[in-house]
Amino acid sequence: MIELRHVTRRFGPTVAVDNINLTIETGEVCVLVGSSGCGKSTTLRMINRLLPHSEGEILVDGEDITTMNPEQLRLNMGYVIQGTGLFPHWTVARNIAMVPQLLKWPRDRIDARVHELMTLLDLDPATHANKYPQQLSGGQAQRVGVARALAADPNILLMDEPFGALDAITRESLQLEMLRIQKQVRKTTVFVTHDIDEALKLATRIAVMDQGRIIQHDTPENILRRPASEFVENLVGKQDRGLKLMSLRPVRQLMQAHPAPKRPEPGAEGLKEEDNLRLALSVMLWQGAEQVPVFNARGEETGVITRERLIQEGA
Amino acid sequence: MRLWLPPVLLAVLLYGLSAGMPALEPLFHWVQPDKQQVIYERESFLFLLQNHLLLVLISAAVGTLVAVAGGIFATRPSGRDFLPLVSQVASIGQTFPPVAVLALAVPVLGFGEAPILVALMLYGLLPILRNTLAGLEGISPAVKEAARGMGMSPLQVLVRAELPLAGRVILAGIRTSVTINIATAAIGSTIGARTLGDPVIAGLVNGNTAYVLQGAILIGLLALTTDSLFEALERTWDRRFSPQVAV
Ligand SMILES: Nc1ncnc2c1ncn2[C@@H]1O[C@H](COP(=O)(O)OP(=O)(O)OP(=O)(O)O)[C@@H](O)[C@H]1O
Ligand SMILES: [Mg+2]
Repeated sequence: MIELRHVTRRFGPTVAVDNINLTIETGEVCVLVGSSGCGKSTTLRMINRLLPHSEGEILVDGEDITTMNPEQLRLNMGYVIQGTGLFPHWTVARNIAMVPQLLKWPRDRIDARVHELMTLLDLDPATHANKYPQQLSGGQAQRVGVARALAADPNILLMDEPFGALDAITRESLQLEMLRIQKQVRKTTVFVTHDIDEALKLATRIAVMDQGRIIQHDTPENILRRPASEFVENLVGKQDRGLKLMSLRPVRQLMQAHPAPKRPEPGAEGLKEEDNLRLALSVMLWQGAEQVPVFNARGEETGVITRERLIQEGA
Repeated sequence: MRLWLPPVLLAVLLYGLSAGMPALEPLFHWVQPDKQQVIYERESFLFLLQNHLLLVLISAAVGTLVAVAGGIFATRPSGRDFLPLVSQVASIGQTFPPVAVLALAVPVLGFGEAPILVALMLYGLLPILRNTLAGLEGISPAVKEAARGMGMSPLQVLVRAELPLAGRVILAGIRTSVTINIATAAIGSTIGARTLGDPVIAGLVNGNTAYVLQGAILIGLLALTTDSLFEALERTWDRRFSPQVAV
């Protein structure tokens, strides 16, 4: 658990972070969102003490971080930095192995871990382990950055725009990977982005920041339904809210389940249970269908979703 | 290792010429037919070479140590206040021509080996200092932030990230420093240091072109040897620490 109490950070006369209170529960993904220069990175850097805070206190699992050894604190916090910051003179494998090496893990344990992480992040160890960062594409480099942060299995993850500067497709696939990884290894995560859609997709709770203050700290659904101010309302896109709400809920919640899973008709097209309602609507509009079958992970048809239900209860 | 072949060959040639200069007497007689003596014999060439090398080596070693330490200090949080001063000294100092450095050294330090050594050290320090600063300051802030953020101690950041990344530039600074100092040490003969500059000065004074040639050839060869040695070192460094440059 991370708690920030009345935390302020000044750079000379400018107040980068202004008296914020924020509690991030264990296992939660808290996404800090806001426009450029609103103090997101500064907040993150204060949590791992790369920047000292000017006022207030920051507690990690109940302990004041200023009483801890900064290196020890950071070794237990994975940090994905805005702009990757990979060591250009180290191979991908060695970059990922950085923290385990600092923790003096035995050689074979490190090798196994690097292999495991590269596989987890969809980087083929055989082709990429011995490459240097300059030989990677932007997306691959960001994956390596994420792998490096996860390497020593820290309890806390700090991610500063880890998928920034990527094309939409790569970004989306990394977000899905992140959700998948988060399902496997639940880490207390503070995630910074200025992309509200990314925030809605990944967060358990979102903290909207503006000019160094936290304007609203709530679940994605509540941020959409009850924006605390006009600023938040504009950020989430007032008129776009219906669809955004739909994209928060999986098809599973609104489908009419069959009594028992059925074998699908050959060539039948449909949705997966975990697809979101927005996608369901899009498929229906495109196919001109009144209802679409829903399949589970094994490919069996478990129900159907109807247009009527979707329109009535979707958002 | 093909890389090390040129410096080794040049070194062998340098040693061979220094030891066997008298064997070339007929050649120098042809160059300078009007003189009885055409081979410089006041000191052996080997001794002059050794002395010359020693001056350069000591000044390079001390210069490197002091400059790198100074560069590291000036880029630490505790030494940052000195950074502008240090980098100004480093770049202004270099606009001094080496001859002027020697001319200034004599009234302060007197004649002989000691003053030239001090002059070489101080003067040779500047390019190394400047490059150390450039190398350390040139590292991407993201890399340094990542290193610290991952939990490296300041010393680990320095040793594992900053020095390997700045090393190539520092090495280039040492190369410049040594090359300049090989030439400056030769001029040191004018103020009483015994170096490969001796035959050149003697030759100029006595109008003996053969002496001048002997000194000049050896100085040139020494510079070439050193330069190709650094070339090989830099290539090796690239392979070790920045392989993306190597093909
Ligand atoms: N080292 C620093 N020195 C002085 N001012 C700083 C420093 N770091 C940040 N600031 C200022 O603090 C404010 C917040 O910066 P911060 O980096 O936290 O923004 P951000 O929300 O991460 O923005 P972005 O989305 O562009 O990364 C900005 O006004 C910035 O100019
Ligand atoms: Mg930022």
